[in-house]
Parts: sequence; C-alpha cells; structure tokens
Amino acid sequence: MSWLRDLLVPPQGSTFAHEVDPLFMFLVGLTGFFFLLIAGLTGWFILRYRRGSRVRRGVAPTHNTALELLWSLIPLALVVVIFFWGVQGYISAAVPPADALEIKVIGKRWLWEFQYPNGLRTVNEMRVPVNKPIKLVMISEDVIHSFYVPGFRIKQDVLPSRYTQLWFEATQPGVHSVLCAEYCGRSHSDMLATIHVVSQEEYQQWLEAGGAVGEGLPLSELGRLVYERYGCDACHSLDGTRLEGPSLRGVFGKPVLLADGQRVIADENYLRESILNPQAKIVAGYQPVMPTFQGLLSEREINALIEFIKEQK
Amino acid sequence: MTGANYLTEQRGLRSWLFTLDHKRIGVMYLWSTLLAFFLGGVLAMLIRLELLTPTRTLMDADTYNKAFTLHGAIMIFLFIIPSIPAALGNFVLPLLLGARDVAFPRLNLASYYLYVAGALMALASMITGGIDTGWTFYTPYSTSTGGAVNLVTLAVFVLGFSSIFTGVNFIATTHKLRAPGMNWFRMPLFVWGIYATAIIQILATPVLGITVLLLFLERVFGVGIFDPKLGGDPVLFQHFFWFYSHPAVYIMILPGMAIISEVIPVFSRRPIFGYRAIAFSSVAIAAVSFLVWGHHMYVSGQSVLASALFSFLTFLVAIPSAVKVFNWVATMYKGSIWLQAPMIYAIMFLLLFAIGGLTGLFLGSLAVDVHLHDTYFVVAHFHYVMMGGTFIAFLAGLHYWWPKMFGRMYSERWSRIAAALVFVGFNATFLAQFVMGSRGMPRRYYNYLPEFQALHVVSTVGSWILALGLLITAGYLLASLRKRPDAPANPWGGMTLEWQTSSPPPTHNFAAVPVVDRGPYDFPPLEAEEELAGRPA
Amino acid sequence: MSKSEVALEHGAHEPFLQHHFHDLEQQGEASKIGMWLFLVTEILLFGGLFVGYGIMRMLHAEAFHQGHLHLDRTLGALNTVVLLVSSFTMAMAVHSARTGDRKRLIVFLAATLAFAGVFLGVKYFEYSHKFHEGLLPGKYYRHTGDAVPGVAAFFGFYFVMTGLHGLHVLAGMIAIGWLLRRAVRGDFSPSYYSPVDLTGLYWHLVDMIWIYLFPLLYLIS
Repeated sequence: MSWLRDLLVPPQGSTFAHEVDPLFMFLVGLTGFFFLLIAGLTGWFILRYRRGSRVRRGVAPTHNTALELLWSLIPLALVVVIFFWGVQGYISAAVPPADALEIKVIGKRWLWEFQYPNGLRTVNEMRVPVNKPIKLVMISEDVIHSFYVPGFRIKQDVLPSRYTQLWFEATQPGVHSVLCAEYCGRSHSDMLATIHVVSQEEYQQWLEAGGAVGEGLPLSELGRLVYERYGCDACHSLDGTRLEGPSLRGVFGKPVLLADGQRVIADENYLRESILNPQAKIVAGYQPVMPTFQGLLSEREINALIEFIKEQK
Repeated sequence: MTGANYLTEQRGLRSWLFTLDHKRIGVMYLWSTLLAFFLGGVLAMLIRLELLTPTRTLMDADTYNKAFTLHGAIMIFLFIIPSIPAALGNFVLPLLLGARDVAFPRLNLASYYLYVAGALMALASMITGGIDTGWTFYTPYSTSTGGAVNLVTLAVFVLGFSSIFTGVNFIATTHKLRAPGMNWFRMPLFVWGIYATAIIQILATPVLGITVLLLFLERVFGVGIFDPKLGGDPVLFQHFFWFYSHPAVYIMILPGMAIISEVIPVFSRRPIFGYRAIAFSSVAIAAVSFLVWGHHMYVSGQSVLASALFSFLTFLVAIPSAVKVFNWVATMYKGSIWLQAPMIYAIMFLLLFAIGGLTGLFLGSLAVDVHLHDTYFVVAHFHYVMMGGTFIAFLAGLHYWWPKMFGRMYSERWSRIAAALVFVGFNATFLAQFVMGSRGMPRRYYNYLPEFQALHVVSTVGSWILALGLLITAGYLLASLRKRPDAPANPWGGMTLEWQTSSPPPTHNFAAVPVVDRGPYDFPPLEAEEELAGRPA
Repeated sequence: MSKSEVALEHGAHEPFLQHHFHDLEQQGEASKIGMWLFLVTEILLFGGLFVGYGIMRMLHAEAFHQGHLHLDRTLGALNTVVLLVSSFTMAMAVHSARTGDRKRLIVFLAATLAFAGVFLGVKYFEYSHKFHEGLLPGKYYRHTGDAVPGVAAFFGFYFVMTGLHGLHVLAGMIAIGWLLRRAVRGDFSPSYYSPVDLTGLYWHLVDMIWIYLFPLLYLIS
C-alpha cells in the first residue's frame, strides 16, 4: 500500500513522519472499510427491498440487543486503540531529546527569522544537519503564526505571548517547505521558508561561513534573490501595486514624501537606512510596520539589494 | 387541495410582517436563510475561481481573504445554524406535536427579526471595509486589524439571541404542548433532535455572546483580556471561542440527523430501528459536545494532558453518531424502499456523513492532527459533515415537507437529475481537498505552491457541477409554486401528525386537537399478499 | 376587582389566555419554563465573564489586589444589602399577586423599584469618583502612581462586569415599571400573575449575580 501512502502524503523526511504515517494509513483503511460496509449494505437493501420487489419480509425488527451491543462496542474498542496510538506519537513529538540542537525561530509578518547557537541569523532559509535532533524555540513578534513542515509532519502555533517549541530529526538530505499555518493577514500564504537538510560537515561549514547565500552571483541577480528569499516581496511590489509598503518601481533617485512632511531623495543611503532602520523615515500614507534587517544581511547582500532596486524602472 | 389555509387566510404585507403564526415565521426564515445560502454560495464560487491558478487569478489577496471570511461567517451564522431549526423546525414542530403553535409566538417573531437585524449588520460589513480575520476571529489579529470587525462581532451577538430564543421556544413547546396521549417515547424523532439542539443553543450561545462582547470591548476600549500587549492571553480567546463553536457544530448536525430519522422510516415503510437508541444518543451527543472543544487546539500551545483528555472525549462522542448511522441502515432492512426525492437525499446523507464522520477520526487523533490541522483536510472534513451532512439533510427535509408547506408537488424527474449533479459535483469538489490537505496544502491560502494546482482545478470544476445541480433544484422547486395546489394531505404515507391535516394546513393547524394512541412509525403491517409483492395497499 | 376577575365573572374568555394554550395554568407553566431557560443563558453569559476574570486575576494577582484597594467596600456592602432587600420586596410582591392583594402588590413593586434606583444611584457615585481619579477602562486609564503595572486590567474587568450587571438592573427596572402599570390597571389576579412571578425570578438572578460580583471585586485578599 505504499503507493497509496505516497499519493496521500509527502515523502517522509523525518523520524516523526515514519511514526505518524502508519497510523494515518490505518485510518485510511478503516475509513475505506466502514464506508464500503455502509454503502454496500445500503445499496443491497435498496435493491433487495425496493418497493415492489417480490421478496419475503415478515416482521421488520426494531431491536436486536446483541447486534446493537456489537456495533457499539466494536467501534468503541477501535477508537480506544486509535486514541492510544495517537497519544503516543503526540507525546514523542512533544518531548525533544536532551541533546537536541536548538535553533530559535521568530515569526513576523510575513517572514521567518532563524537564529543559530553561534549567533548567525538567517531569513526564510534554515539549514540543519541530517540525523540529528533539532529543537525549535519559537515566538512571534506580532500575531499568531504556525510553523508547519509537511515533509516532517510537524506543526506548532507560534505565539506572541510566550515561547512554544517543536523538535524533529531529519532522516535524509533534501529540501522541505515551511508554511505558515495560522492565518496572519494579507500575505499569510506567502510566508514560506525552506529547510535544507545537509550533512554534518556541510552544516558546520555553512555555519562558520556566516550562512552566506548566492556566492559568485552578479550583484543585481543576488539582489533579486535576496528580495525574494528574505520576504521583501510580501510588502514591496515591483510593478507599482501598493501593498503594505511602497512599490520599488522607479523609486531610486526620485523624491519621497515622508510622514513628517519632509521631502528626501531615495538615494543609496536612504535605501540602506530603510533596510537597517526602517522606523527612522516613514513614507507618508504608510504604517510603521517594517521589521529591521540589521544583522540579517551581509554588506554584500545590502549592496546587491540596492543594485536590484536601482534597476526597477 | 384547495381551500383556506395559512397562506391564503390572510393576505397583504402586514399580515406577514406582524404574523404570530409559526408556519408563516418558518416560511420567512426559509426564504431568508436560502438567500443567505445563495450569497455564501456565490462567495464560494468566487473563491474556487481564484484558486484555479497558484497566484492571482481574478482578485487581490486582501479581497480573497475577505471573501473566505465572509463565506464562512454567512454560511455558519446565517444559514447552517438557523436553517433546519428555524425554517423547517418552526413550521413542523407544533404540527408534529399536535399543537396549535409554539409556546411563545411573539418570542418567535422576535427571533426572526433579530435574525434579520444581525444579518443586515453582517452584510453591511461588506461596504464598511469587510473583515479578513477568518470566521474564527483569532486574537491578536482580530483585536488589532482594521476593517469592520466591530460591526460583525455585534452582528454575531445579535444573531446569538435569535438562536437562544428559538431554543427556549422549542424546549418549552416540547414540554408543555404535546397532544394528549403523546408521551416522550411517542414523539417523532425529529422532535428529539430539535430538543437536543435547543439544549445546546441555550447552554453554548451565551458563551459566544460574552466572547464577542469582550472582543468588541477590547477593540473599542482597550480592555485587555486577549491581546498580549494589553496583558491578555490570545489562547484564552481560542478556549472561549471553541467552547461555543464546537457544540455549535452539533447545533448544525443534530437537526439534520433528526430529519433523516423521519424520512427513512416513511420511505422504508417500517418502524425505525432502535428508537430509544436514537433518541438518547441525540441527548448524549448534546451533553458530550461540551467537553471536546480543545480538539481544535492541539497545536495551540495547550498542555499535552489537556490535548489527551480532549482527544479521548472526542473519540467517545463519535460512538453515538456511528450508532445512529447503523440504526438508519438497519431501518431499511425488510422495508419497502420507495426512492423519492426525500429518500434519495437521505441516502446521500448516509454516504456523505459517513465519510465526514470517519475523517473526523483523523483529526481527533493527536499525532495525525499535528500534520492535518489548518490544512485542506480540515476544510474537506467540515464540508462533508456540514454540507454533505446538514445541507443534504436540509434538502431531504425540504423535499419531504415541501408539499405540506406549499400544497404543491415538484417534478420528481428533475429532482433526480439535480440530485445526481449535486452528488457528483460535491464529491469532485471536496474529495480532492482531502488529498490536498494530507499532502500539505494549508487552508486560507491565496497563493499556493504549483504542485497543488491539478487538485485545485478538479475541485473548482466540481464546484461548477455542484452549483448547476443546486440551481436546477431551485428551479423546479420555484416552478412548483406556480402550479395550482395539487398536493394531497399525505403524499408519502407518513404516520406522524402533520400528515393528518391538509396540505397546506389551516392557520390553526388542526380542526380538532388530535389524540395520540400509537407511535410515530407504527405503519400498518403489509397485508399477506402484498407482503410478497412488497407493495403497500 | 381585577380585569381578569371581571371577565371571568361575566363568563367571558380569559383576557390573557393565548389561543394555543387550553388554560392559564398550562400557559403559566410554559412561560415559567421559558424564563428558567433564559436565566440559564444569563448564568452562562456571566459565567464566561467570571472565568475570564478568574484567569486574568491569576495572571495579574498583584495588580488586581492593588486595583481593588480603590474600591469603597462600604458602598459595595451597602449596595449588596440594598439588592437583597429589593429581592425580599419582590418576593413579597409575588406573594401579594398570588393572594390577590392588589394594594400590597403595588406597594412592594414600587419599593423594589425604589431600591433598584438606590443601587444604581450608588453605582453612579462610585463611577463618577473613579472617573475623577482617572480610573477608566482599557485605553482611557489615566491614573498615575500605581504600585504595580497592569492595574488597568483590573479596572477593565471592573467596569465590564459591573456595567453589564448594571444594564441588567436597568432592564429589570423597566420590567418592574411595566408590571407596576399593569398592576394599577388591575390586570393581575390569583389565576393570572405569571408576569410578576417571572420578573421575580429574573430579579433574584440579578441579585444573585451581584452577590458573586461583590466579593470577587471588592474583597480580594
């Protein structure tokens, strides 16, 4: 039946997936069995006992204690089994191993920031070593989000009031999507991230190299990559559409009206300040909701972004 | 059957707007809830159109988010919760009991006007900015976002009273207005179902009331209870909200089950199997429904112990529902099955509710729900139970009591065509969503990963077939109203009291108060030779 | 003689019997069931509010303690006594109606109304004193010099709970005022007095809710 499982769920990327999928498939089988039973009996009775059919009926029974007990107790036994099976998996998902590698997660509209033990911070891209338990300690900066990795079969709401946690152990190298699973506003469906599962050595190298992305790319191509990967596209369009933030189309070199009435030119310094200290100058007609990218982008990445923005006409 | 009846005995707008006749109030509720269903349905079609492509198809993200929020709010508060109790129940309950009206006719009219007021407020939100919080209003998003949240929360508060007063009315009516000789176990099972529903309406709705009131006060006065910035707890909102909204889904399904319990015996022409089991299971479901709300919150951050308790209780509440399904199937054994429209829809209910209920097991199970929570699997599950269950049962009841309510028979041929389209369309729309969900497609998503497009296209095309079937249904039902009244008093051969009076009934329901000396499904035994032919006299 | 007694004496159809009931007794019993069910919904409405209060108090124990020090226990206790007495006069009104004593019915209804008015009057004084000190709900909180943060949360609940209760007192007063008018008109008799009976039930609930509110808000230790 693994063809059916592969049809119904994503490939198994974690130890938890291996634990949960058998229960899921059992439930699929159970559903199929009882549906066919009910549909089959119904169909048969309709056919055999249709009005006008020449079949002996006699007195129709209105009770049958043995049958009623049977069809109450068998389902009861089945659900008790399902309950215990489900609790087991849930508890094992709730208790991370003591030696788990801890990564902090911050959800904010509409991106995911990850903080590694050595101080490295990345946006929307997590890298983890394979076959090692990873514990995520998560919090939101604004509303409730939810960290969902279908390939790992894990999910946990990310709250603004306190930390919640999640753990997983990836079983093979690969890339998995992270999706926000609690409605959080306009770009809820764009709040995606990716988890790259790599070997322990690759992870170590990447960690020490400062988590750089897009080495060797021309600057404006790197800029586009950063624009997409770091969630800028959730709030700043390229085609003039007004979103949460001003569109980047034709912004470079033009005058900008600020909320306090000042008029400034959107030059390199203005763009740099807007990325690293967005609350310093708010554009008139917009809300001060942009999160800062201080410490999240390397100098090269900031330069690349500015180059990319310059090209938006 | 011509002659003076509740429709003709008084004419003019005033006689309707100020009526105290439960039948007229029921009919007004019927048209209002069907209008709401139509609006909610249009929104659904727009949503499915948008989801044909992984990115923008015909609207922007903001509009889409408002569309799904309004779709949910309209369908739940303006259609599903009131439809069977207030539209069909109002009409039929006194007739089933042999009474001349409900206990509190003026309260009944007040219920209707509260419904209209709440509905107008909710719909007005479309022009005052709309809301995009999802029908569940989770905080702190709902306490901090702009839009018409204040208006809609007040609308829900008003609608809650409409629901409560209907519940009060039905319980008092059942206790005090039964015809002589009708003891509790001679009541039609529809009454048991509506009674159990009324218990939930009375106990659960006030909690929704205080929840939306607190949400409103938090937004307007900054009274902090749910917003962490004001010292509140956002998960507390979820507890408050689901304490009502879980029992609310039983407000939705119990009346549907109640209709099925009426239709299957009549169209099998034999007594229901396990009358007491069905009656008691309705009340048991109502009671246990209050203990399972936390199964909406397994990944909310609540404790493992709480989740485990809720999961266990959730599985327990599944058993009475399963028992009912077995009872209904057993009722067809050795019956004389007559496949008319009400029965066709009742059988459709059995199949679709079975799938809906069984997929609930996935969601009740802790480990599996972690993966499936907030995905399209949940969306598919609740559409199977609410639409495949309640709405199909509503259609069964509508087709069953239509001749009684309006004195006209509809086209049986067109009803079969429509039913086939509805069945095929419904499954095409929602089966695909189970698979999307288990493959990791979250709900409330405007954009989605391209790998899900094929399934979304299947679902959208399914919605067109479903819509066509429903439009045809509306067509032949409305067409029947243009005929001269042609329905006999008892077109289906039912044994309950509503069939002992004319179709439509006179305003005072019965010429003389009936005296009851048998059960509601005590069909006369099929005569010896017709027993062999399976044909009633 | 009351209007309904006159009607009976002349053999007329009961003036207050609705057509779908076969006698006043059945009608009275049905309306009593209706009122009890409505009271259950009120208990759940306030119950939800009390649960919310309980949880907030757990989360902000110090702030709630600080907040309640601003409340005047004497006035709170006075109001408790006032409502209790009004419940007594209401019960006496019901008794008078049941025994057909129209004069006493009017007196006791008026007394209940008066005590309810005193209750609201005391609350008016309490509220205006709070407003004067800047102790306002939610974002309007202007008080300075709190020993701990979060006292605004206490006052948020104080105003919502007493405000909602106060609205119920007002609604009760309107109902009792209507009863007074009907009593003066002579509508009630030993065979028909259920409006008085049902309003009495409602009034006792309003009193009972205050009996829970008072210690929760005024007597935090």
